[in-house]
Amino acid sequence: MMIGTLLLALSIAPLAALIGCLFVHRPRFCETINLIAAAVSFACALPIPFLIDGHAILYWGDYVIIDRAAAWVVLCTSIVYFLASIYSVGYMRMLAEDERLYRFYALFAGFALTTLVGPLMNSVGIYWIAIELTTLVSTFLVAFERVAESMEAAWKYIMVVSAGISLALLGTILFYWNGTFVLGPTYQMTWSVLSTAAPKMNPVLLILAFLLVLVGYGTKVGLAPMHSWLPDAHSESPAPVSAMLSGALLNTAMIGIVRFLGITRAANLGDLPQLVLVAFGAFSLFIGALFIVRQQGIKRLMAYSSIEHMGVVALGFGFGGALGVAGALYHMLNHSLNKSLMFFGAGNMMRAYGTKEILEITGVNRFFPTQGALWLAGAIAITGAPPFGLFLSEFTIMRAGLKPSYSWAVYVMAVLLIVIFVGFMNHFRSMYYGETTPEAAPVRTRLSAWCAVPMWLSLAPLLVLGLWWPAGVWTYLTSIAQSLSPGVP
Amino acid sequence: MLVQHLSPLASSLFSLLAIVSLFLSFVMLGSRWLKNYLYAFAAESWTIAALSAAVGYYGSYPELYLIAILTVLFRGVLLPYLIWRIIRRLEVDREIHEILQPSSGLVIGALFVMFALAVSYRVAAEFHLELTVAVLALTVMLSMKLIGFLMLAVRHEAISQVLGLLVLENGIFLGSQILVPGMPLLIELVILFDLLIIVACFGVLVGYLLTHVGTTSTLDLKRLVG
Repeated sequence: MMIGTLLLALSIAPLAALIGCLFVHRPRFCETINLIAAAVSFACALPIPFLIDGHAILYWGDYVIIDRAAAWVVLCTSIVYFLASIYSVGYMRMLAEDERLYRFYALFAGFALTTLVGPLMNSVGIYWIAIELTTLVSTFLVAFERVAESMEAAWKYIMVVSAGISLALLGTILFYWNGTFVLGPTYQMTWSVLSTAAPKMNPVLLILAFLLVLVGYGTKVGLAPMHSWLPDAHSESPAPVSAMLSGALLNTAMIGIVRFLGITRAANLGDLPQLVLVAFGAFSLFIGALFIVRQQGIKRLMAYSSIEHMGVVALGFGFGGALGVAGALYHMLNHSLNKSLMFFGAGNMMRAYGTKEILEITGVNRFFPTQGALWLAGAIAITGAPPFGLFLSEFTIMRAGLKPSYSWAVYVMAVLLIVIFVGFMNHFRSMYYGETTPEAAPVRTRLSAWCAVPMWLSLAPLLVLGLWWPAGVWTYLTSIAQSLSPGVP
Repeated sequence: MLVQHLSPLASSLFSLLAIVSLFLSFVMLGSRWLKNYLYAFAAESWTIAALSAAVGYYGSYPELYLIAILTVLFRGVLLPYLIWRIIRRLEVDREIHEILQPSSGLVIGALFVMFALAVSYRVAAEFHLELTVAVLALTVMLSMKLIGFLMLAVRHEAISQVLGLLVLENGIFLGSQILVPGMPLLIELVILFDLLIIVACFGVLVGYLLTHVGTTSTLDLKRLVG
């Protein structure tokens, strides 16, 4: 019962903030109430993984499911929501848009709400609707700055993602149709019902439906080649929104793919579904590497890095097994923390130098010694270098792939990760130690503590997670691997 | 399974309605006037509503009558009205720069239908349903999907892209009425409602595009590359 109360609290908090912002338009009130809501959500999400055992629990007429996987994703989301809420206090003040600020916080809380409840949906159809709602809410956050670029990004975002996700709806309907041959014309389409019925379903239709769902939700996850909305939306939205899009939203859509993958596993369809996921993952890494090396925009660099990391996560789930799934889930948490840090830093530098161009940002370490050091540490972490968490998780995923059928993907991954490391570090070298020109000096040299504290808060756990992978976390994650793929060692 | 035990009359009625909807998406594909898209879309929604009611009658699913009424209200009246209001605000009433002539569009659409038929036949054969209306339902569902994507790809006016998206949804909705008439009511209701929110969001966005970018042609949206 304890878990039910926590779930209720963690979803009511952003809802209350949303309503509060709509009724009270005072900017300082809105940022405070959103921050409190984020803190409450985080405080409620944190204990759930400790409380839950291996079995899924259902609430509210079976419409809500909480299992270890959902608890993990909700934890990642609430961490990003909390960090981004702290950061947005400082960042949004720099934008000087006080009279529209209540809309931002209302939408922000609404976005957090939809992202938090998405993974908790037990009905496959309702999960689709939750994902669709996240798009609709976040579109207006992407468009918040009201300039031509952000409008363009918002339009592409809603168009590409809505079209893509309609494929997921088609796939969902085909799953349901397939189930009617086993369960009769009317049944509740929940994850567990589909898994139970899967062995008796028709394999051809099951594969067709899975591929449609994979492409559909893959659009939302940003897997290449369905990623085209992602760099635009991530780079043109305000920095806290970029962090939420990257660190929270992508995971929420990924968990849907993983659950559908579990259904196809239950049906014993062979390697094809996983192979397709691995192929998408490897291609995302390839696209990410290509565009990271030649990138000119600082936030677009981070956006392509998100594509890369979602590729890594997809590879982990595709390789499967205890190592692959645990590595991918661990990577989700690390990526959420690290990408928040990177977007916060990028937002700070963007505001400080008044430009989004990498080439026009120089001498970061001279003007911002502490901030710069933090951001550089984050950049080292995001490229998967030790001693940070991403090194451990990427290494685990690679180990998972070292079996004959997937070893090619591991080699591709290793080469591309090195390319990305070089490309990423080259951009940071030019920003930190490149030639300084007088006109490239920052227009703003003081950044408020609100902008620096969340960076500390995300770097510290990242370092801890890199040096020490707690045994409890390992058992927790491997138990998810077993529940997602029954019968697979 | 409804499609296995249909009377010939019901079966031909379903086929007729499905084919009329497919035909109306070709009308949308072959036209360049925004108003025509809208009329064709509204007519398509009414056809789908009629189909829902017919499935409800022959398959004895009384809740489908409710779906039919809501389809008429939402997809047949409210959505076209909302889109009509957006069109009225715009200065454009037709596609100006076409990548693809409407005639070539029709040919590609026909190829899509053939592809969809091949896929549907293959899938239906798995269940021994080759001789039922299920093949047609699947074909129309998949080909409306493909035609919708084609419209998204070759049309540039913001509003025709929105309509392309709605054709995608109509295709799914049509197919689901015949294939899975017993789908839980809640999901269908929420999807209908969801569509309304989507169009409302698009309305707001088109307004933004107009004020902040100064155009509603997506051909002009090319600042963000690389």
